[in-house]
Amino acid sequence: MEILKEGIGTLFGDPDPDHAREFFRKKSRKMEGKLMTVKEAVERFVHDGEYLASGGFGSNRISTVALHEILRQGRKNMGFAGHTTTHDFQILSAGKVFTRLDASYIVGLEARGLSNVARKYLEGGAVDITDWSNYGLAIRFKAAAMNVPFLPLRILMGTDTFKYSAARTITCPFTGDTYAAIPALYPDVAIIHVHEADIYGNARIKGITVADFDLSRASKRVIITAERIISNDEMRRDPAQTVIPFYLVDAVCEAPYGGYPSNVAYEYFSDEEHLQEWLKAEKDAETLKNFLDTNIYNCRNQFDYINLHGGIEKMMTLRKKELQYATREKAEGGKNNG
Amino acid sequence: MADYNTMELMICCAARELEDGASVGVGTGAPCAAAMLAQKTHAPNLLVAFEAGGMAPLLPQMPISVGDSSTYFRGIMATSMTEIMETCARGTIDYTFLGGAQIDMYGNLNSTQLGQDHNRPKVRFPGSGGANDFACFCWKMMVITPQDARRFTEKCDFITTPGWLEGGDSRLKAGLPKGCGPYKIITNMAVMDFEETSKRMRIISINPGYSVKDVQDNCGFELLLADKIIETTHPTDDELRILRDEVDPLRIVIGR
Repeated sequence: MEILKEGIGTLFGDPDPDHAREFFRKKSRKMEGKLMTVKEAVERFVHDGEYLASGGFGSNRISTVALHEILRQGRKNMGFAGHTTTHDFQILSAGKVFTRLDASYIVGLEARGLSNVARKYLEGGAVDITDWSNYGLAIRFKAAAMNVPFLPLRILMGTDTFKYSAARTITCPFTGDTYAAIPALYPDVAIIHVHEADIYGNARIKGITVADFDLSRASKRVIITAERIISNDEMRRDPAQTVIPFYLVDAVCEAPYGGYPSNVAYEYFSDEEHLQEWLKAEKDAETLKNFLDTNIYNCRNQFDYINLHGGIEKMMTLRKKELQYATREKAEGGKNNG
Repeated sequence: MADYNTMELMICCAARELEDGASVGVGTGAPCAAAMLAQKTHAPNLLVAFEAGGMAPLLPQMPISVGDSSTYFRGIMATSMTEIMETCARGTIDYTFLGGAQIDMYGNLNSTQLGQDHNRPKVRFPGSGGANDFACFCWKMMVITPQDARRFTEKCDFITTPGWLEGGDSRLKAGLPKGCGPYKIITNMAVMDFEETSKRMRIISINPGYSVKDVQDNCGFELLLADKIIETTHPTDDELRILRDEVDPLRIVIGR
C-alpha cells in the first residue's frame, strides 16, 4: 500500500497483529484468584522501561492508589499513553516516571488550570513526545483490541498534530479518498480503577467507560483496582454488567476510595480543594518535594493518604456531594436547576 | 436594558446559534453554559454530547470536567469516547465549540505549544484532546474567545486542530469530511464568519461599544468585512436571568 504522507513522531509499540497474538496465546485464561495488594501488583506487573496506560479520564475514575505506588517503587523510563490524562499525568510527571509519551491531552487539569510540574518536565526536553487526538489514541487501543495493525480515519490530516504523530495517510481502496492510518497500540500494562470486581478479575464499571473497554483488551497486562470486591456468584447473576472479563486481567486489588481525589461516579465526587493544593504545591521545587513526601513517598498506602485529607469523614462528604443530585431531585420534586 | 459583561454577551450569542432539535459537542466552561442556556430558552430539545461518554444529560450544574458524573446525570446514555466520536463521524452532531492559545485567519487552532521545537516546547499546552476530532467531524465549529492580537495570529506556532487549513478547498483536499468546518468566531468585540470562497475570517457583527477598528487593532491578521455589518443584539433580560440564576449560579464562568 502506498504511503502518501508520514507523521514524524516516534511510533511507540509494535502494531504487528501476529506478535500480539503470540503474546495472548501464552497468556493464562485459567480462572484463578488474582487478589493481591497494590504493592505486589505493581512489583509484579509494572516494570522499568515498559509502556504504561492509565484508565478513566484524568480526574475521573483514575487508579490513584496504583499511580502513587508506581512512584513509591520508583519506576522510570516508561512509555505512557496520555489519553486525557490530567491528575494522573501530574502524578507521573512529578515522579519523572516516563520518557516516551503518546500525547492527546496532557499537562492540563481541564478548567482547573495547567500543571506546572508536568509543563516543566516536558519543556525540559527529557521526553520524546508523539502527538495524537483523543479519538486517535482511543482508536489505537481499539485497533489493538481488534488485532488489526491500523484503522483508517478522517482525522488529524492537514494539521501539525498529524505531522508530529506516527500516523500515515493512505488511499482508500474503495473510494479513492485519503485516510489517516492510525496504528494499533498494545500497552505492556494498564491500570484501571473500577467499581466492582471479583477475585478472578471480572470487573464492572458504572457510568462512562471512556476508552477502558478497548484499553483492557489492548493491554498485555491489566491491573484492576476496585472500590469493592464482590462474589463471582454476584457477577454471574448479571453478566451483562461485566465490562472487563477475567482472562484479560493479571491482578485484582481491593481499593476502597482508590480513585480519590478523582471523581468515581456514584461513589464520591472529586476533591477539588486537594486538587488545588496540588497545583499550588507545584509553584517551586522545595514546596513540591515536601508535598510529594507528605502525600506519596511517606505514605504506606492509600489509607495513609486519605487520612491526611480528612479520612472517612471527608470521604463521606465527597460521597454526599456525588449523590446529592439524586436527593435534591427528590426534595425539589423533579427540578434540577443547580 | 440590563447591564451585562462581555462573557455573558458571548454566551448569549453562542446560545442563539444553537437551534431547537440540533446537537452539539461541548466541553466545560462557556460552551457548556451556552448549551445549557439554549436548552433553558429556545432549544429545549438540544442534544448535548460530552467527549468522554456522556450523552444528553439533564445537567444539574456546570461540570468541572468533561468526564465528571454530572455530564451523564439523568442522561440518555453513559458510554465511551469512541461511541461519542463515532456519532460525530457519522454526521449526527451539528455543532461544536473549541478554543486555543492561537487562532489564524482560517480558523486553525493551536492548543499544543508555543515555540517550534516539538520535544522542547517554549510552553507546552494540553494538545488536541478531542478538539481535532470534533473539528473534523462536527458540521459547524465555533470558537468563543477573547479578542487580542497575540491570540488572533498570522501564523499558529502549531496547528493542533483544523480550521479551513490554507483556505479555499485545502481542507477537502487534505482528506477531511466534506461540508464541515469553522462557522462562527464569537469574541468580546465581534462575531466573525468565514467568506465562502477564500474561507478567510470576516466580521459580520460588532458588539455594543466596539468599532471595526477596535476589532482589527486586536487582530494579528487582516479581517474581511461583510457587506453589511450589524450591531450584535444585546442579551435579553430573560437570557441574563436564566444564565445567572439557573445556568451558572456560582458565577464560575460568567464571573461575579
